[in-house]
Amino acid sequence: MLIEGKTGTWEMVIGLEVHAQVISEAKLFSGAPTAFGAEPNTQVSYVDAAFPGMLPVINRKCVEQAVRTGLGINGRINEVSVFDRKNYFYADLPAGYQISQYTRPIVSNGKLTIELEDGSTKDIGITRLHMEQDAGKSLHDQHATKTYVDLNRAGVALMEIVSEPDIRSPEEAGAYLRKLRSILRYLGTCDGNMEEGSMRCDANVSVRKQGSREFGTRCEIKNVNSVRFVMQAIEYEARRQVELIEDGGTVVQETRLFDSGRGVTRSMRSKEHAHDYRYFPDPDLLPLVLDPNWVSEIRVSMPELPDAKKTRFMRDFKLSAKDAGILVAEKENAAFFEEVAKGRKDPKLAANWVVGELFGMLNREGKDIQQSPVSAKSLAGLLDLIENNTISGRIAKDVFALMVETGKDAATIVEEKGLKQVTDTGAIEAAVDKVIAENAAKVSDYRSGKQAIFGWFVGQVMKATQGKANPALVNELLKKKLAG
Amino acid sequence: MSLDKATVARIATLARIKVADADLDRMAGELQTIMSWIEQLNEVDTKGVEPMTSAVEVTLPQREDVVNDGGYADRILANAREPVMQGEGGFFTVPKVVE
Amino acid sequence: MAALTDLTIAEAREGLRKKSFSAKELARAHVAAIEKARSLNAFITETPERALADAEASDARLAKGEARPLEGIPLAIKDLFCTNGILTTAASHILDGFKPPYESTVTANLWNAGAVLLGKTNLDEFAMGSSNMTSYYGPVKNPWRRPGDNRPLVPGGSSGGSAAAVAARVAMGATGTDTGGSIRQPAGFCGIVGLKPTYGRCSRWGIVAFASSLDQAGPMTRSVRDAAIMLRAMAGHDPKDSTSVPRPVPDYEKALTGEVRGLKFGIPKEYRIDGMAPEIEKLWQQGIAWMKTAGAEPVEISLPHTKYALPAYYIIAPAEASSNLARYDGVRFGLRVPGNSLDEMYENTRAEGFGAEVRRRVLIGTYVLSAGYYDAYYLKAQRVRALIARDFTEAYKKCDVILTPTAPSGAFAIGEKADDPIAMYLNDVFTVTVNLSGLPGISVPAGLTDDGLPLGLQLIGRAFDEETLFRAAGVLESAAKFTAKPPGV
Ligand SMILES: [Mg+2]
Ligand SMILES: [Zn+2]
Repeated sequence: MLIEGKTGTWEMVIGLEVHAQVISEAKLFSGAPTAFGAEPNTQVSYVDAAFPGMLPVINRKCVEQAVRTGLGINGRINEVSVFDRKNYFYADLPAGYQISQYTRPIVSNGKLTIELEDGSTKDIGITRLHMEQDAGKSLHDQHATKTYVDLNRAGVALMEIVSEPDIRSPEEAGAYLRKLRSILRYLGTCDGNMEEGSMRCDANVSVRKQGSREFGTRCEIKNVNSVRFVMQAIEYEARRQVELIEDGGTVVQETRLFDSGRGVTRSMRSKEHAHDYRYFPDPDLLPLVLDPNWVSEIRVSMPELPDAKKTRFMRDFKLSAKDAGILVAEKENAAFFEEVAKGRKDPKLAANWVVGELFGMLNREGKDIQQSPVSAKSLAGLLDLIENNTISGRIAKDVFALMVETGKDAATIVEEKGLKQVTDTGAIEAAVDKVIAENAAKVSDYRSGKQAIFGWFVGQVMKATQGKANPALVNELLKKKLAG
Repeated sequence: MSLDKATVARIATLARIKVADADLDRMAGELQTIMSWIEQLNEVDTKGVEPMTSAVEVTLPQREDVVNDGGYADRILANAREPVMQGEGGFFTVPKVVE
Repeated sequence: MAALTDLTIAEAREGLRKKSFSAKELARAHVAAIEKARSLNAFITETPERALADAEASDARLAKGEARPLEGIPLAIKDLFCTNGILTTAASHILDGFKPPYESTVTANLWNAGAVLLGKTNLDEFAMGSSNMTSYYGPVKNPWRRPGDNRPLVPGGSSGGSAAAVAARVAMGATGTDTGGSIRQPAGFCGIVGLKPTYGRCSRWGIVAFASSLDQAGPMTRSVRDAAIMLRAMAGHDPKDSTSVPRPVPDYEKALTGEVRGLKFGIPKEYRIDGMAPEIEKLWQQGIAWMKTAGAEPVEISLPHTKYALPAYYIIAPAEASSNLARYDGVRFGLRVPGNSLDEMYENTRAEGFGAEVRRRVLIGTYVLSAGYYDAYYLKAQRVRALIARDFTEAYKKCDVILTPTAPSGAFAIGEKADDPIAMYLNDVFTVTVNLSGLPGISVPAGLTDDGLPLGLQLIGRAFDEETLFRAAGVLESAAKFTAKPPGV
């Protein structure tokens, strides 16, 4: 997306830093639990609280999750990586340093392909993925003169995933975040929940004149807690910088906070005093050396990821890129669709129903697929009835509504309501003859060339059969008889 | 490379150790003496030598993903200054931070 | 029979098993001795009740014939080891009132071996010093005196309280920690045996960290055999310490064969530093002669980078310390000095809580890690460290152990060198190379200075070859026949 300014056209340059909380039972360097929402400081070990003499021992599962994610973002898994100490003082950082990976991350050079509204795709480079400890939580609103500190989250494993500055618009940023979240969920390495903070995003935003090669000064927007807000924050920040520069000002490199209420970013003074993190290798830990066999074991255990699934859906089910894209975004949705579509002669029909009727219904009911009142099995049942001409597509919509309402399966509803389609030629022929007999004038119009009213005859016959007549048969018989 | 007053003030802030302005000069002197003694390291040719970060040759041991620690907020808070003890919340406290 | 407090650990082990005396009697004798020796200021915390309780439990086991390796042996613990429910200070104001809710692995091993806790000994603050003068709890006095001179002398440091306690016969043995010589140098100054094991041999879990890549715990005793007995109990792999090495712990006593024929011992020429007292050189030559008489073969070796070990150490150790000591911030334990903001509270607490030497080293460490200096100082030092380690690897192609003096001088008076940090740092010139390369080293009392103060000789071994070290040390010990005792002991 380009910004038209007073002095010309501007391009935004965006890089995203995502902190993804690793799914594991215990913390990165201690045996304390990671579960969300426990009583303050009950999920804290002496290691997490940095008591004297306490030492870190790394959790193998967290390493595996990082490797799995690295493979998922097409990254290079580094056989040797190193843990460094990032030194700074803060209330929620008990040791006075965060164990992180600085010069030698566990994953480098990944990439991820995003799909855009216009159907085009774009590759976004991923510089690195490294492992580090989460900090504790500071509560500033509990007391007039004190900040309260809860260390439950301190030491939980994070993956920091840093993109190249390849992103050029809020739309691309949103697509990148959704794609990354989708992959993390497919892999089961992070639940991707931005509202609860298990996935956090910092955005580095700068602007430059269209066509210019060098980068402008960037600002880092911290911890924006939804994809929508990230997109808003980026757009606001980019426009702010353009105005600033065009009014003769200069952008200062700083950390800014997004105020979702007012939709603006503002300078974060408290973080401004210059940092000097004094990184050095943590002498309590040795270099992390990965066994190549173990890495390939993880590689072969990788699940099918969204891109592969999408291609397969398009190939095997003849779906449009758009439908396939929608269906694979969440792996639960994809699984639901596959169960409905498998072995069906018209999988496209399944796609239309899942994307259209089912998702529409779930949206209205505010439910996700796991809570769907209509199971994949019973939706398949409904589609069977359409495919074997037991009911028409139009009747099927009414049946579906009843399925949602009653939880009964399609066949039962069709039975009870007698919605079975009429395919017995005799019955339909009688209805056709009756319509023709009762409308001699219209018939002669038609025969004298007013073919356009053919549809009207179909309507009459359907009405006479309460819509249960098989439309194909109706057409066929009408044609024959009107031809006289 | 000389360790002047300003440098001492800067590293003292980084290390969160209050140094009275009156002491900055003395401190700078002390540290400078030590640093210039350390400068003799520059006599050593270390081209192509890998930095030695550890004396042990084993690789990093890894723990299983098992919860076997935590669950003792009382003991975590027992040595704390001005804590909010468990029952009343169970927090460490520090002077209010404005963000 | 000799006074109970005069026995070695090995002798006491005998006596307890033979029921010549009870663990309780042994503990009482030491508790009384500690009270009499309070003027030494060797202890920060005495634990007489705990000692008697431990001893009672030991007597019960002894009665049942279930004695463990250190059953009933009264020990002193450097106040750098966290001890469950017992004040642990690192001799720093900043740990005021800190009672760890956990027990360090090394001390836990000692208690599981039946040892009895006498108390926590004084040290240089956070183990940063070579004289014990930087302790918040005041200096420790060396039980030794120059004849006809009452000026109190330093016990060395940082494990000065432990050294003084063992030399003064108020503890049968003590734990120390050695980051740059902090076990061996005070052992030398106090006329006892002090061993720094190979890095990774003893767990660091629960020991207040100074410089993580150098710190190592070890025994301080009155005989080489006692050191072997104690180390066997202290050592072992600990899954809670990622740098602890999974190797079986041998029975070190078995190594004390008295046999060194054919053993090659290296004499590093670079350890003849200018300004070294002639009496040190004399003792060194004496040590060489003793080893030769016993059938060992001296080999001239070269450790070319020795000269650079101290400056490298004074970058690496402070750098690691500046980070290790960041956790002392007035929030979760220890001292808090109020301030109007979080940073003010930090700055006030750490300014008042840390003593001058600790503040100095934290600032140096912060400086050498800070932007623009990291490569010039920290990385440079780590490269020099690699060369120092390489020197030893080369040397051990020619020899099995290395013989050197422990320190360039004997004990000096309290107050001396206090105003000259570098002169003070030079105390560790012979010991620090061993820490940088992770090797084991032992100091054995070998003679007296012209004015009657103890001097030690140091043996340095190959990594995880403490056995050869003990074997050679045993021979040195019996040749030296060091029987001198501090006045009044
Ligand atoms: Mg970052
Ligand atoms: Zn991070």
